[in-house]
Amino acid sequence: MTADTTQLRRTSLYDAHVAAGAKLVPFAGWEMPIQYTGIREEHKAVRTDVGIFDVSHMGQVQTTGPRALERLQRLVSNDVSRIPEGGAQYSLLCNERGGVLDDLFTYRLSDSRFLTVTNAANHEKDLAWMQSHAQEFDADVNDCQGNFAMVAIQGPNARALVQKLADGQLPQRFHVVQRMVAGVPALVCGTGYTGEDGVELLIAPEDATKVWDAAVGSGAQPVGLGARDTLRLEACFHLYGNDLSEDWDPIGAGLGWACKEATGFIGHERIAEIRNDPTLPEFRLVPFVIEGPGIARQGNAIVGGGEVTSGSYSPCLERGIGMAYVTPDRAEPGTQLQIDVRGTIRDAVVERKPLYRKES
Amino acid sequence: MAEASYPDDLKYHAEHDWARIEGDEATFGITWYAQDSLGEIVFFDPPAVGDTLTKDENYTEVESVKAVSDVVAPLSGEVIAVNDALSSSPEAINEDPYGDGWLVKVKLSDPSEADGLLDATAYEATLS
Repeated sequence: MTADTTQLRRTSLYDAHVAAGAKLVPFAGWEMPIQYTGIREEHKAVRTDVGIFDVSHMGQVQTTGPRALERLQRLVSNDVSRIPEGGAQYSLLCNERGGVLDDLFTYRLSDSRFLTVTNAANHEKDLAWMQSHAQEFDADVNDCQGNFAMVAIQGPNARALVQKLADGQLPQRFHVVQRMVAGVPALVCGTGYTGEDGVELLIAPEDATKVWDAAVGSGAQPVGLGARDTLRLEACFHLYGNDLSEDWDPIGAGLGWACKEATGFIGHERIAEIRNDPTLPEFRLVPFVIEGPGIARQGNAIVGGGEVTSGSYSPCLERGIGMAYVTPDRAEPGTQLQIDVRGTIRDAVVERKPLYRKES
Repeated sequence: MAEASYPDDLKYHAEHDWARIEGDEATFGITWYAQDSLGEIVFFDPPAVGDTLTKDENYTEVESVKAVSDVVAPLSGEVIAVNDALSSSPEAINEDPYGDGWLVKVKLSDPSEADGLLDATAYEATLS
């Protein structure tokens, strides 16, 4: 723990985290809560009830103006024209070689006003890229990170909890509405990163504590980044920096569905090549479960080629799980894998997504 | 256990291990600080009875939800017992790091090595 903590940024909820007994760690330049009461307890609260996360470290970029749609259409991989007003869409920001610069959610707030949420570690890079590319489509691309705190309220009881604090109906999944929540203005987004139902709220930083306290007072369990990672991994959501990077392509990552090459976005030529070449991609991202004891971690090698890009312990499955890039002949569900876990060969099996499924 | 504690009857290694020395045998484990830093421990991969441990070298791993950590031998010797109960309840390392959370018992090859270990006060001073 030699990281210099004096340069770290704190979210507007820092004092609330300290008061709740959080263990705070450096994360992407921010001092963030990794856990409060314990990763397993927080994880299970989200799976069975409701949890609240401070995700104010995430960035926001606003794109406005008459040609905002065309600008974004050129910048990001999905078909932005298909987002209705009040809609949300997942996409990738790619470089000319089809490498992934970031994965993003874009909300269409009005006909010519879009808000794109970036990953904390990539925000400055994304902003510079979005401002310096596709300039033939005149639009204002502005940094909004300082304008927002962001909290996620997730779990089977999340909507009911937020509904009681809100002055109107909550948005459907992948939609966004402006509401008053706990007495303060909030952009309420029907999105999340846990595999559970719930919402994400974008609020003014000075209002964040009101929303946080109201939600916690109504029974939401504070959840740190530790459980955020185990939850997203059970749901098989990608983590940029682990499962996505400039070195992996979207097709191999299983994100071809978020790439609409016909829109002509930056990188579409290469992605179309990979999609149409039966010998590509060289590696495909698959979820796996370890059979028996042990936990594979990021960087562990797959015997025969490939590597683990995310590995952790699953609080719901109570065993080691993860995602790995493997050769295409090993990508089918049911395939046995051998993983070199720090010198011990562990058996694993390729599974279908998601690794955790609600019993119905 | 929720509160930090470092019992006076143990010897400590600066890499956050403890030894309870009884004649030419000793029990090893990890300290309160180590288990608290790791968080919830979910897996312990024990060495085998008969394995030889060397002071200051890694002899096993403990894994929490978020990370894996090497465990250093505070003293040299031969493993004479491992805590098999940890395979089904590794959380004992968090709940009772100096009791039910013990890792191995060792026949010491050189009990005088203990002179190089820290007492509780000196170990605690390294943490601040």
